[in-house]
Amino acid sequence: MVRSTRTLLRRLAVIGLAGAVAISLAACAESQRGAGGKGGTLVFGAAGAPKNFDPIFNDDGEAFRVARQLYDTLVMYKPGTADLQPGLAEQWSSSGDGKAWTFNLRKGVKFADGTPMNAAAVCFNFDRWFKMKGAAAQSQMIYYGDVFEGFEKNETSGTGDPVYKSCTANNELTAVIQLSKYKGAFPGAFGLTAFSISSPDALKKYDADKLVKSGDSFTYSEYANLHPTGTGAFKLEKYDKALGTVTLVRNDDYWGEKAKLDKLIFKIIPDEAARKDELRAKTIQGYDFPSPTDYNALEKDNFNVLIRPAFNILYLGINEKNVPQLKDIRVRQAIAYGVNRQQLVQTKLPKGAEVATQFMPKTVDGYAEDVQKYDFNPEKAKQLLKDAGAEGISLNFYYPTEVTRPYMPNPQEIATVIKTDLENLGFKINLVAKPFTGGYKDDIQQLGKHDLHLLGWTGDFNDPSNFVGTFFGRAKPEFGFDDNGLFSAMANADSTVDPKEHKAAWQQINRDVMSKYLPAVPVSHSPPGIVVAQNVKGLKPSPLTDERFNTVSVN
Amino acid sequence: MTEMLTGRKERIDRLAGDASVGRSLWSEAFRRMRRSPVAITGAVLVAAFLLLAAFAPLIAPHSATERFPQLLQDLRADHIPGAQPGFPLGSDQLGHDLFSRLLLASQQTLLVAVAATVFGMAVGMLIGGTAGALGGWVDNVLMRLVDVLLSFPSLLLAISIAALFSQGSQWTVIIAVSTVAVPVFARLLRGSMLAQRHSEYVLAARATGVKPAAIVFRHMLPNSLGPVLVQATLTLAISILEAAALSYLGLGDPNPDRAEWGLMLANAQRYFDVSPQLSFYPAIAIIVVALGFTLLGESMREALDPKNRR
Amino acid sequence: MLRFTVRRMLQAIPTLFILSILIFAWLRSLPGGPATALLGDKATPEKIEALNHVMGLDRPLWEQYLGFLGRMATGDFGNSLISADPVLAEIGRCFPATIELSIVALLIAVGAGIPLGYLAARYRGGVLDNLTVGVSLIGVAVPVFFTGLMLKYVFAIQLGWLPPSGRLDPQIDATHITGFAVLDGLLTGEYDAAWDATLHLILPAVALSSIPMAAIVRITRAAVLDVLNEDYVRTANAKGLDARTVRGRHVLRNAMLPVSTTVGLQIGLLLAGAVLTEKVFNWGGIGSLIAQGIERHDYPRLQALILLAALVYVVMNLLVDISYAIIDPRVRVR
Repeated sequence: MVRSTRTLLRRLAVIGLAGAVAISLAACAESQRGAGGKGGTLVFGAAGAPKNFDPIFNDDGEAFRVARQLYDTLVMYKPGTADLQPGLAEQWSSSGDGKAWTFNLRKGVKFADGTPMNAAAVCFNFDRWFKMKGAAAQSQMIYYGDVFEGFEKNETSGTGDPVYKSCTANNELTAVIQLSKYKGAFPGAFGLTAFSISSPDALKKYDADKLVKSGDSFTYSEYANLHPTGTGAFKLEKYDKALGTVTLVRNDDYWGEKAKLDKLIFKIIPDEAARKDELRAKTIQGYDFPSPTDYNALEKDNFNVLIRPAFNILYLGINEKNVPQLKDIRVRQAIAYGVNRQQLVQTKLPKGAEVATQFMPKTVDGYAEDVQKYDFNPEKAKQLLKDAGAEGISLNFYYPTEVTRPYMPNPQEIATVIKTDLENLGFKINLVAKPFTGGYKDDIQQLGKHDLHLLGWTGDFNDPSNFVGTFFGRAKPEFGFDDNGLFSAMANADSTVDPKEHKAAWQQINRDVMSKYLPAVPVSHSPPGIVVAQNVKGLKPSPLTDERFNTVSVN
Repeated sequence: MTEMLTGRKERIDRLAGDASVGRSLWSEAFRRMRRSPVAITGAVLVAAFLLLAAFAPLIAPHSATERFPQLLQDLRADHIPGAQPGFPLGSDQLGHDLFSRLLLASQQTLLVAVAATVFGMAVGMLIGGTAGALGGWVDNVLMRLVDVLLSFPSLLLAISIAALFSQGSQWTVIIAVSTVAVPVFARLLRGSMLAQRHSEYVLAARATGVKPAAIVFRHMLPNSLGPVLVQATLTLAISILEAAALSYLGLGDPNPDRAEWGLMLANAQRYFDVSPQLSFYPAIAIIVVALGFTLLGESMREALDPKNRR
Repeated sequence: MLRFTVRRMLQAIPTLFILSILIFAWLRSLPGGPATALLGDKATPEKIEALNHVMGLDRPLWEQYLGFLGRMATGDFGNSLISADPVLAEIGRCFPATIELSIVALLIAVGAGIPLGYLAARYRGGVLDNLTVGVSLIGVAVPVFFTGLMLKYVFAIQLGWLPPSGRLDPQIDATHITGFAVLDGLLTGEYDAAWDATLHLILPAVALSSIPMAAIVRITRAAVLDVLNEDYVRTANAKGLDARTVRGRHVLRNAMLPVSTTVGLQIGLLLAGAVLTEKVFNWGGIGSLIAQGIERHDYPRLQALILLAALVYVVMNLLVDISYAIIDPRVRVR
């Protein structure tokens, strides 16, 4: 994918203009309010404690929410979309074979410690990840392992040939990254928060690579705990663990639109209902992932529930291994016809949720309109079961407890609803509940004990390999089927460099998956929410949950 | 700290000593209870609950698991349909009839409470009876164990036991709640038997050559019935409350199809804003029933208390 | 005496040893495991396996157990999977919160319970008496988390008089010395923090106080009634002593003995109730640690909490035994 420089410049100009207008407007507002220039403080309710502040060692949203304020990535996502826009790199381009990526860096960007962000610094970061030593460190670089597949010296199982080869600083502001092969993940993956660029000085000074095993857990470096140093709009002031608050202050040297807030505090409130209560009591001014059950009540109380575009999928998984009848596609189709997904979406999922027709949302390049659809039709389902001679079979239906995800706000209720539908077809359903991290993931993903299960996924970047490709790209105990035709088709599509062909290849895969394979039933896409008080302005909900708080103001 | 360790023991021992009565005193105690408004209130509440549980399937207009189109058409993630013809209390969060579920839940709640109490009582009496009958080192070892269990706050112990299981279910709740009751019954029965050991009729029986086993089964056990019954009534109330607390902490049965008050209350938490009635009804049911058993148990204790005998 | 003490201490070692085996066996038998808990949703089974290997969880069990024992012996309880913080530091940080809540709850229960019980006894059979007895009986039957939810709903959400949860407004920049939020505010002269912490304390403390309150009211009432019937009170009254003197000098003082026993008894119950109350009010104490540890399968944290509880228990028993031995020399001989 080669980006035309002209459209890019035009886009930049527009952004710049908009930024200038915004700044001048803000300046007006400021002068009207009088002297002092106090930007105020925003307290935002977070659901969990960040494990540490070194993005490369994290893979969950709680850590990333903070990291996104402290760091930037080479490419970034346009607010409110999964499309790319310039980040630390003003422009980027790739060679024809997609193996060499050139990044033209922004001028005059400084890290929070005052050192310059330049090509050498970018290469330092990429080399640091590639050369990371120690099994403990490597085993926690989940996103790196996913995208770049291997290290200079692999020290853990499950790693392969490294995709990354080298990074060279051609001059002060030009970095060239060489890869060993092309993947559809690029360039989108360069914007993943895990690949945030840190200050080389700070990384060295605070021993960032030091990761020590401590009992059944790990102790992270001084860098990761106390001195995260990026180029972001905010800087870490302190992390008060006793009160569970992470306090950030404005970075006055930020290269982009400077933060309006003086302070941004993330208050950790694990309980969902408690976050809501605090919002109402005005001790916090916003929180993430309000329960869909509360949208109405919150809006009635004059809070703004901002809806993110849905970039996720919930599916009803089918394991073909244990019950032979499930190998018959007619039985799987019967399940698809027999579950009233429309009613489920209407009664149990948040406003704006949609029935999924395939294993990716519309906004992903590669979505196909003309896939085979399975509208609710219990008669047809019963007929299919009769034809297949699979009436009245017993199935173990697993669902997770102690977890809510935006695509799955209440797994228990969703499972019950689906169970009732399936029982109406004559299936005997045995519901099995397991704690999400206490057995569910093991039973589903490693042991394949189940026949049916609920699971889903929130996308990281705009490429089908991040959706349908992660589910059915290879044989997994989760689905218990093995089809080299499908697997190699996906591998081919992923390595297709030309954007048009890339897209067409994935569209064909979507059609085949829905008509020929149907290894699971796509259920829904649910837009996650974020709720703020009336006086909080300028927060742009992102499908990737990539919200940057520099544009946010309180008054 | 010493008091903390011994306080509960003393309470149980007092009950064991006080309430171990001969049969003749039963009628007197019963007469006293009939005059006490507390006892009557308790008895009425308990009787109402038992009748409800017995006849719930007949009274309930619908099944607990059927989902109704009339309710589903208005059901949204943030809206739960209220009362309407045929559904006196409206819908629950899944489109079931809330009224029927509440009624039918009395059975499951009773089941959990009774099962936990019976298990706790059976195991506890076995331990306490063995210790009381055999005495010596058996008594020492068993009572040491019982006292260890007694010294933990009961709810904390129940939580720890429930958390031992990787997956919660109706049975893990029952096991957790009944384990907590075991040491209470054990100490109670042992205390009651010890109190009788030197009583006149036991000494007389022994003198006339009645076998020790016969003394235990024919005299000591029946006479210990009073305190055990009092404790069992109180344990029923405690079991219901503890099971509800376990559900609230997410340690209960995760099967949403089962209608049980503690579970209904725990699962309704998310809907507290939208439909507080989903929380209120099961909570009130729990409170009323627990109150009934507590009143009954306390008035029984008072009636059997020798201080009140005239 | 010294020999006795040493002997008792040595006897405690096998107890702890057996306990450590039990805890280890339990944690290793649980499904899931630390790697699953540590990594997020994006972790594939291969990644989890790799991390298990790094953690040594694929080693022979006896080898793992020895490692576990060695770490315990050196006081290394590992880091929490949730916060990646040393578990001991976490417990140390959260302990004052629970103690603060429990103390205030107990103070409320005592401060309100004893006068109520006394008045109920003095005006026996009156409206106040019936009301008090009735409410205290109902109090036993209401689950404490429901009391908490109701208080929060009425006073924090509907009326907005008090903060609904947490210990301190995050906008207040408070200094920690003791970990007791109110005390810290007073010590550092940050009076706004002290005041805010007090406001945050009220609802959870009142909710939690409902547990001991019912018992204290009933015991006080019974004790006062007992004392009022005693001969010396009647004598004092008959002698024509001033009624106030009688009540102050004889009745209250003598009734306080059983009451103080009960208060001591309630401490254990309070800690149990704190688990539930802390969940309702997002109170960052030991109870929250336990509840969250259970929910997120934080094994290092649970393991440390259990072992510490056991240790406290063993030490407490030891102290009791030793104090008995001091009081009653006969015990030493056995």
